[in-house]
Amino acid sequence: MAKKILTVDDSASMRQMVTFTLKGAGYDVVEAVDGRDALSKIKGADIGMVITDLNMPNMDGIELIRQIRALPGFRFIPIILLTTESQDNKKKEGKEAGATGWIVKPFKPEQLVAVVKKVFA
Amino acid sequence: MDAHKQAFIEEAYELLAELERSLLELEDNPGDMAMVGQVFRAMHTIKGSGAMFGFEDIAAFTHNVENVFDQVRSGTIPVTRELVNLTLTARDHIRELLDASVSGKTVNESRGVDIVLALNRLVPLENGGIPQGGKGEEKKPAPDMVTYRIRFKPHQDLLAHGTNPVLLLSELRDLGDCAVTAHTENIPVLEDMDPEGLYIFWDAVLTTDKGLNAVRDVFIFVEDDADITIETILDEDDFTSAEMPRPKLGEILLKHGDISGEALHQALGSQKRIGEILVEEKIASRASVTAALTEQNQIRKRLEQRGESAAQISSVRVPSEKLDHLVDLVGELVTVQARLSQKAAKQGDPDLVAIAEDVESLTSGLRDNAMSIRMLQIGTTFATFKRLVRDLSGELGKRIELTTAGGETELDKTVIDQLKDPLVHIIRNAVDHAIEKPEERLAAGKDATGTIQLSAEHSGAHVLIRIRDDGKGLDPQVIRKKAVEKGLIPADADLEENEIQNLIFAPGFSTAAAITDLSGRGVGMDVVKKSIENLRGAIDLVSRKGEGTTITLKLPLTLAIIDGLLVQIGEGFFVLPLSSVEECVELTESQRKSSKNGNILNIRGDIVPYVRLRDEYDIRNKPPALEHVVIMETFGKRVGFVVDRVIGGHQTVIKNLGGAFRDAKDISGATILGDGTVALIIDVNKIME
Repeated sequence: MAKKILTVDDSASMRQMVTFTLKGAGYDVVEAVDGRDALSKIKGADIGMVITDLNMPNMDGIELIRQIRALPGFRFIPIILLTTESQDNKKKEGKEAGATGWIVKPFKPEQLVAVVKKVFA
Repeated sequence: MDAHKQAFIEEAYELLAELERSLLELEDNPGDMAMVGQVFRAMHTIKGSGAMFGFEDIAAFTHNVENVFDQVRSGTIPVTRELVNLTLTARDHIRELLDASVSGKTVNESRGVDIVLALNRLVPLENGGIPQGGKGEEKKPAPDMVTYRIRFKPHQDLLAHGTNPVLLLSELRDLGDCAVTAHTENIPVLEDMDPEGLYIFWDAVLTTDKGLNAVRDVFIFVEDDADITIETILDEDDFTSAEMPRPKLGEILLKHGDISGEALHQALGSQKRIGEILVEEKIASRASVTAALTEQNQIRKRLEQRGESAAQISSVRVPSEKLDHLVDLVGELVTVQARLSQKAAKQGDPDLVAIAEDVESLTSGLRDNAMSIRMLQIGTTFATFKRLVRDLSGELGKRIELTTAGGETELDKTVIDQLKDPLVHIIRNAVDHAIEKPEERLAAGKDATGTIQLSAEHSGAHVLIRIRDDGKGLDPQVIRKKAVEKGLIPADADLEENEIQNLIFAPGFSTAAAITDLSGRGVGMDVVKKSIENLRGAIDLVSRKGEGTTITLKLPLTLAIIDGLLVQIGEGFFVLPLSSVEECVELTESQRKSSKNGNILNIRGDIVPYVRLRDEYDIRNKPPALEHVVIMETFGKRVGFVVDRVIGGHQTVIKNLGGAFRDAKDISGATILGDGTVALIIDVNKIME
């Protein structure tokens, strides 16, 4: 069975691009529009990895990471943060919240796949 | 325009509409931070996605507006009418840029610059923005092979970030030649252990041409969650081969900081291997030593790969006559040893038997060694055929490719020397007769280029050499006709296809309709067969009309000494080559009588014909009541040989029979037994025919 990735982004075009790229690389993808939506979709869906945007309405990426890490059963799930802010403070904030890695936008599809493979066999 | 771009444009229009609403609302409620957040996010998405999908101008411009709103969000800049005005103008400009990208029109760029300048005036000391580049793509010219020592010591909570260190290590392995050692010495006792903690750390030695940045990139996500040290231990650019360092184990451990210089000196004082001492003395952990040894090996390996092997294997050229003489002497020794063993067994003196056994094991070691000295790889012979095939096919206007496999297979030098002519003949035949001209091949639906495959492989005490072509194969009809014409077979002979095809080995048979330069040398396949048989080998042919022919040569590894099975018939002793012996079964008088003249045995349901060697060699005294059948196998065919008694294994030094017995059929040589008796070596292939 293909491994399932939850992609969280308020931008439809970003979601479309991430989904398209990851499906092309052989993964299953579940989409969520913000942190709250992501939390409602992650449970029971056999998600193996989360890719989340940073800035989103309702619940931003950092908070989402914190909440996911607090869920039983998701303590070790790989989480990738999508961000345009390459500033260290955002990365650092994400890492402290429990992110596994990050991708700085803009990125090429192959970079996305490379990072996913890096943290997710 | 691709689907992703289209999706972005649609989304951007929506966001711009939302941005306008939010800005107007913000004008009414300047203190509404949620609204500020919404404006920021809209800008952020346009910037981020714009850059993703190739709208660099939009991304660059929006970045500046976003920067200002980031300050508004953090409270540095207040929400004023001027800000809202400017932002609305900026929003209109983004829309224009978007329209332009759809319609392909150009946009007044100075307007954008004006807006950015005006916005930046609102920001006290902030720098103007430029869109951010993607993740480090800048490439330095790739260096040569460099060997790095990497220590990856994750913090205990690494796993809590969802990082799988195994993936990082396998990523490291993908970069080049990599050896990893795990350090487990930090794992606490069970009761002190945090089951979710990570206590292992790793030393890796990596040789790669990808450069330091690629190595660093592997650990990019864990830089803050682990102690990572990457050191260059061997940059092959820096050294000529001669000066390449050959570090000692102690030096490596010292560099790692795993031991102190003093401890090293102390350890060097004693005589054991440095690694063992350090572990025993608890100066360094076993894992540290293993890691250091790994590093040492990796460097050695690199040196060896550069052809600079520290231990140089020297070779000596010796005239082959000396080797022949050596093998003769070993042969004599084997004979004498057999005598000694027999004498010792007869006298029953345990001391003498012990000595005889020692001599036997030494002799067999000496024999194997002497034989191995004479072994040569057949690859060099194969190589000469490439040229042959190239030149011949050119002459004949054919396109033929010769592929070889198993060139590393070793054969006795004499066998190789005598094998060359038959092989040349078989390959010439394949080029000349078997492979068709390109136009014929195309017409038959084959590739225009024909192939001849030459391969060698071991099979027990034999080497199989196969010459396979994908030519037109042998036509049984044509061969049959020819064979009848030449009187080789009666017109009504009942033969299987394969048997007919093997008639080409019969003396006086030549299939060439027109004698060409190549085949008209007065040498037929019968001569090839004869040469192979002189090597105590056998030849077999399988051919399919239209598909090709495979000729298999089965050759003994060596000519001088073989393992044989000694048997007795009447007063005489005979040797059968042990490598072809499958099993020995008994033949009772009643069985013999029941099969009458059929000479057929039933071995576990298989019908096996047998030959009475007694009749073959015209031995007339009375056979014993219980005879034995030795079942032999060649090319999948099984034949039994009936003998009076099976004595046992015998190291057989082969002696030629000499000119007087040149015509002796079915006997390939003779050997001398321990008591001086001569035993004849039976040519199994000849009899099987």
